[in-house]
Amino acid sequence: MNSTSRGVPRTAAETQARVRAGLARRYRAERRFRAYGLAAVALGIAFVVFLFGTVLSQGLSVLRQAYVQVDVFYDPETIDPAGGRDPDDLVVADYQSLVRASLRERFPAVEGRPALRELYGVVSSAAAVELQRRVTADPGLIGQRGRVWVLADDTVDMYLKGKVSRASPAEERRLSDAQMGYIDALRASGDLKLRFNRSFFGNGDSRDPEQAGVRGAVVGSFLTLLITLLLSFPIGVGAAVYLEEFAPRNRITDVIEVNINNLAAVPSIVFGLLGLAMFISFFGMPRSAPLVGGLVLTLLTLPTVIIASRAALKAVPPSIREAALGMGASRWQTVVHHVLPLAMPGVLTGAIIGMARALGESAPLLMIGMVAFIVEVPAGALDPSTVLPVQVFLWSDLPERGFVERTSGAIIVLLLFLMVMNATAVVLRNKFEKRW
Amino acid sequence: MSSSIVLLLIVALTVLAFQVGKARAIAVVGGHREVRNLHSLPGHYGLLTAMWCAIPALVVFVAWVALQDTVVTRLVLSHLGAAQQGLPDSQVALLLNDLRNVVAGSLPASSVSEPVRLAAEEFIRLRRIAGFSLAGVALGVGILALLWVRARIRPDLRARNEYERIVEWALFGCSAVAVLTTVGIVLSIVFEAGRFFSIVPFTEFFFGTTWSPQMAIRADQIGSSGAFGAVPLFVGTILISMVAMVVAVPLGLFSAIYLAEYAAPRLRRVVKPLLEVLAGVPTVVYGFFAVTTVGPMLRTLGESLGLSVAGESALAAGLVMGIMIIPFVSSLADDMITAVPQSLRDGAYALGATRSETIRQVVLRAALPGIVGGILLAVSRAIGETMIVVMAAGLAANMTFNPLEAVTTVTVQIVTLLVGDQEFDSPKTLAAFALGLMLFLVTLLLNVIALYVVRKYREQYE
Repeated sequence: MNSTSRGVPRTAAETQARVRAGLARRYRAERRFRAYGLAAVALGIAFVVFLFGTVLSQGLSVLRQAYVQVDVFYDPETIDPAGGRDPDDLVVADYQSLVRASLRERFPAVEGRPALRELYGVVSSAAAVELQRRVTADPGLIGQRGRVWVLADDTVDMYLKGKVSRASPAEERRLSDAQMGYIDALRASGDLKLRFNRSFFGNGDSRDPEQAGVRGAVVGSFLTLLITLLLSFPIGVGAAVYLEEFAPRNRITDVIEVNINNLAAVPSIVFGLLGLAMFISFFGMPRSAPLVGGLVLTLLTLPTVIIASRAALKAVPPSIREAALGMGASRWQTVVHHVLPLAMPGVLTGAIIGMARALGESAPLLMIGMVAFIVEVPAGALDPSTVLPVQVFLWSDLPERGFVERTSGAIIVLLLFLMVMNATAVVLRNKFEKRW
Repeated sequence: MSSSIVLLLIVALTVLAFQVGKARAIAVVGGHREVRNLHSLPGHYGLLTAMWCAIPALVVFVAWVALQDTVVTRLVLSHLGAAQQGLPDSQVALLLNDLRNVVAGSLPASSVSEPVRLAAEEFIRLRRIAGFSLAGVALGVGILALLWVRARIRPDLRARNEYERIVEWALFGCSAVAVLTTVGIVLSIVFEAGRFFSIVPFTEFFFGTTWSPQMAIRADQIGSSGAFGAVPLFVGTILISMVAMVVAVPLGLFSAIYLAEYAAPRLRRVVKPLLEVLAGVPTVVYGFFAVTTVGPMLRTLGESLGLSVAGESALAAGLVMGIMIIPFVSSLADDMITAVPQSLRDGAYALGATRSETIRQVVLRAALPGIVGGILLAVSRAIGETMIVVMAAGLAANMTFNPLEAVTTVTVQIVTLLVGDQEFDSPKTLAAFALGLMLFLVTLLLNVIALYVVRKYREQYE
């Protein structure tokens, strides 16, 4: 009896019996294994959905922002007591008090300092800046009345968006009961509502959530990427052309190749150390400047660009080169007139992917000081600035509830840019790639 | 004169040089009709002239711009009155800072002392002179080179060959940038790390178990003598990477197996790019996700189970890092699995193995070296990952292998030590470079091994 369950089966019938006995178990194992695989894939996709869902649900509301409509009297006494309409006087005038006067007019019953302070707290300090902008643009406004939409405070904004509920205690919602009353009154008359968020797309950074915007970071990212592209594209393509088309097979070429492969896997923060020690400390370049950021990101993306360009050049069949050489073209002419144009879609795809990586990179930029708090939108490659991912990092650290929304909003902007870049790469590849 | 104007002038000069060279070549043979007597096309003579003109001018330009500020600062320092000469280095640095701010216009000239104000004026004056002399020297060099080439142009000058040789050297220069980058990394990090190890002994760094890099500002200060034992950082890094790999390896491997062996081609075409989206998301987004979503989630989960989970636990950071690495593992494993020849599978099927038996006992075994190489690459990626841990892991150097507690990592410490103002002579700043050196060496070692293994494996089936 033992001979059928152990040892080598003697007859075909025994073999079949043994296989059949194990079949059910083996099929179960098969299904289990398959289910593990499916579960892994499903879990991976669930992560994608969850990640994007979280960011979108937290951040999409940033498109709109609470604004209050105030009825302002551009009081000549306050703005320009001298009456000279001197632009310097107009800039420094006390616009805050105009906003406050307007709020007092609206709620005449409010008296006493603490109560008034709560009333003023409904409107953002950016309101004064808005009035200043209007008056300096058009001094004719002085002495007139006008209705202006100004930013509400971030606490009001959070309440209007339902991120804090009415029922929660006053400390948590950071609005007092009296302020809730003002909000209700303003909303009832249509003077407080959510409108398109101009400050988020038009402003630089700020300590007040309602005034903080991504424009400075977007411009900083653009300048940094521009420098990265201008440097890494020609250098990367040049290196790829050399290694694919010109380089003799020798020790030096081997060293360069191994080097590029290893450089592609060096942690990005090490490039930051290099930038700090070399560009800033040794060459004395300015900190926080897009120029230095671009240089560091160039070194970082170079391996990506080179590897992708080499693959594209390798895909061009040798017959093209042979035909050109046979017609008497030099090697350089062969490359410039024939090989490179044919490889261009692949090369461009590689460059775009490299740029997408550079756009999302933040660790090396922290090292070279692109984390400073910068309000102004940078105007050139030497101005201090920050970039989008670093702005995300900076905002994510701040305690105000309004900044959670801003951070997610900035992430959405960042992901949108990345999506556009990657989609361009895919379209380029599908449209122009030739199969030989 | 600003450097961008000089750069524009150099470009203009280059265009001019092209025209001059081309015209000269045509003139040398006596007009357009005789062009066939030239060795190369007229355009080649133009290109040759343009390159000879642009390269020296640009070299002068870059060198000048790189060194100008340092030289001007030194000149101004020697101009600063004799009173400043005997000051210690820190005071001079302060003065220089004031000076820079005045020059940049961010500090009104009236708020600094008289010598500094004068020095600032001197600085601006020298800088203006430097700008003009840069224009003079760079353009002068370019024009001289232009005239020299123009004089050399004859019908038998092999302009195309010469031009192509220059191009080839320029291309070689492009590929040398990669090598120079490595040299730059090694030099700068090794140099600063060397200075660190001349202050703090090797043994303390590699075997010490206390990490508190704050240095005393005053001699009599308590509790901030600065301790540079890096073992807790290494432990923290290993812990977080381990958590990440525990998440990423099974998920990545199983999705690769499913997509490569089971999934219909249509499903594969849709799902694979979807998974790879995870690799394209910037790490700072994962960091934010870890802080705002995963961290609090784990905390409430831990509370309901009666466990105390730290707000910045290693588990949260590792978990999110693992998610980030999934596509990395899965796409590498996918490559390796598809590289296994079909004949091996067919052999296994012919012996009566089921699909999963074939995969486990034949395909995975054949692909094992490649997969191990891929996992090593993923480990090196996890060790070097910065933003997720900076945002989601702690700052305190705890020595623990409990993933529910907060730990810190090498990369977190590098960032904390270097963000903000640094002095390049304090061990606190230099410690970051020592850590960077460790990071560089370890990841380099992992990569070299991994690339070697992967290449050996690929060759096996080619």
